[in-house]
Amino acid sequence: LDRSPADVYADHCRRRELAYQVDAEGRPVFRPRVGPFTWAVSAGRGTVYATTVARRRGEEPAHVCLVDLDEGFRMMSAVVGTAPEDVRIGMRVRVAWRDGEDAPVPVFEVDA
Amino acid sequence: VTPQIAIAGAAEAQVGEALPGLSAADVMAQAARAALDDAGLTPAAVDGLFAASTQLPWASVNLGEDLGITPRYTDSTQIGGSSPLAHLEHARAAIAAGLCDVALIAYGSTQRSVGRSSASVQEIDPWEAPYRPMLPVAAYALAASRHMHEYGTTPEQLAWVAVSARRWARRNPRAWSRDELTVSEVLSAPRVCDPLGVRDCCLVTDGGGALVVTSLDRARTLPQPPVVVLGTGEAHSHRHISSMPDLTTTAAVQSGARAFAQAGLTPADVQCCQLYDAFTITPILFLEDLGFCAKGDGGPFVEGGRIAPGGDLPVNTNGGGLSYAHPGMYGLLLLVEAVRQIREEGRDVVLAHGNGGVLSSQCTALLGSEAAAG
Repeated sequence: LDRSPADVYADHCRRRELAYQVDAEGRPVFRPRVGPFTWAVSAGRGTVYATTVARRRGEEPAHVCLVDLDEGFRMMSAVVGTAPEDVRIGMRVRVAWRDGEDAPVPVFEVDA
Repeated sequence: VTPQIAIAGAAEAQVGEALPGLSAADVMAQAARAALDDAGLTPAAVDGLFAASTQLPWASVNLGEDLGITPRYTDSTQIGGSSPLAHLEHARAAIAAGLCDVALIAYGSTQRSVGRSSASVQEIDPWEAPYRPMLPVAAYALAASRHMHEYGTTPEQLAWVAVSARRWARRNPRAWSRDELTVSEVLSAPRVCDPLGVRDCCLVTDGGGALVVTSLDRARTLPQPPVVVLGTGEAHSHRHISSMPDLTTTAAVQSGARAFAQAGLTPADVQCCQLYDAFTITPILFLEDLGFCAKGDGGPFVEGGRIAPGGDLPVNTNGGGLSYAHPGMYGLLLLVEAVRQIREEGRDVVLAHGNGGVLSSQCTALLGSEAAAG
């Protein structure tokens, strides 16, 4: 092990790549973790699996969802560019990027 | 043959708002001493300690110091709100293995007094934190959204879980929330994480509880009627909600099946359920996963008061985490109410089910009267 999964993932994010791992049988693995896996880059297309609107006091409502990527892995993310209340389960989405503290953060837009 | 074990003592302490200055360990110690009194035992009789608290990573060690017990078996397993039910299973195994004779399972929290954020260690997860999920509620909201999508579960059905809990709480003078609550009030309450509003979320209180567990033979020599542990099961499926395999099905499928198989019982034998109600979606999931109805039928099952007083299946008979109390983790109070149902309400078979984390850990216990134990 020469680099942490979090560092490899963040490096991909800096290149605007959504990275995931693949096990010996070719099955996708996400969240990235320590183990006998190789890295792959997603095409960034997926479907909203579950959705909520987080309403913190004194803040704008924020979207939080789980997205099933077409390669067969699931991740937490947010859909941007659409009112959070209007995001529906089953919507097709594609990856977009927003600024993060360290590296860009993968979010999603509705795939028209 | 595994020797039968029984709960010989049960008690709660500082439920609601703890006396100023009490620590989580103080609350736990008070409950533990009360449970020992209830069992007619002193700390000197205890040789197994089991405890967990978000505020006390070494909980069983605190318990030993405060009660002056040097145990020969100790277990601070922390798997969230279901921990005390796991402790019950672990105590059963330890007693069966001859590793201890009298197990004390205890819990204490001052979550309300110190504030929710300082009562728990914040784990920063690089794959969820950037999206700032309001955990744990966002995780349960995501599960509710998926259940609604797949099975047509409605906000009204979720609200019925809160209303049913409140109807039980209104009969319990010790419950934290006792005002009348209607479905429309639940629905019009401020949203926290859609589709869950504030009345879909459990209370934030202080409180603690404790159980004394020993062999059924020994329990028979003690003052209280033994509450027999008929079956137990534990399982966990994920730590993070984004790693949960299917948001509509929990590991209660496995924990429940194991508990029922051990007890030789089916859901039809259960007279009363204590189902961890952190949020209104959870009893719906557990009714399905434990086999009280088919997957997807939990919403219709709870509609109209079927789990409320006067309904077919009494659920969360003290008012639950939603209306009775929820001191950080609710598992021990849920077991105390299950014990009370057998001792005081004449039930023979009661199911207690605990949930931990973000639908992560699931533990089931079937408790019974001596008559049910055969």
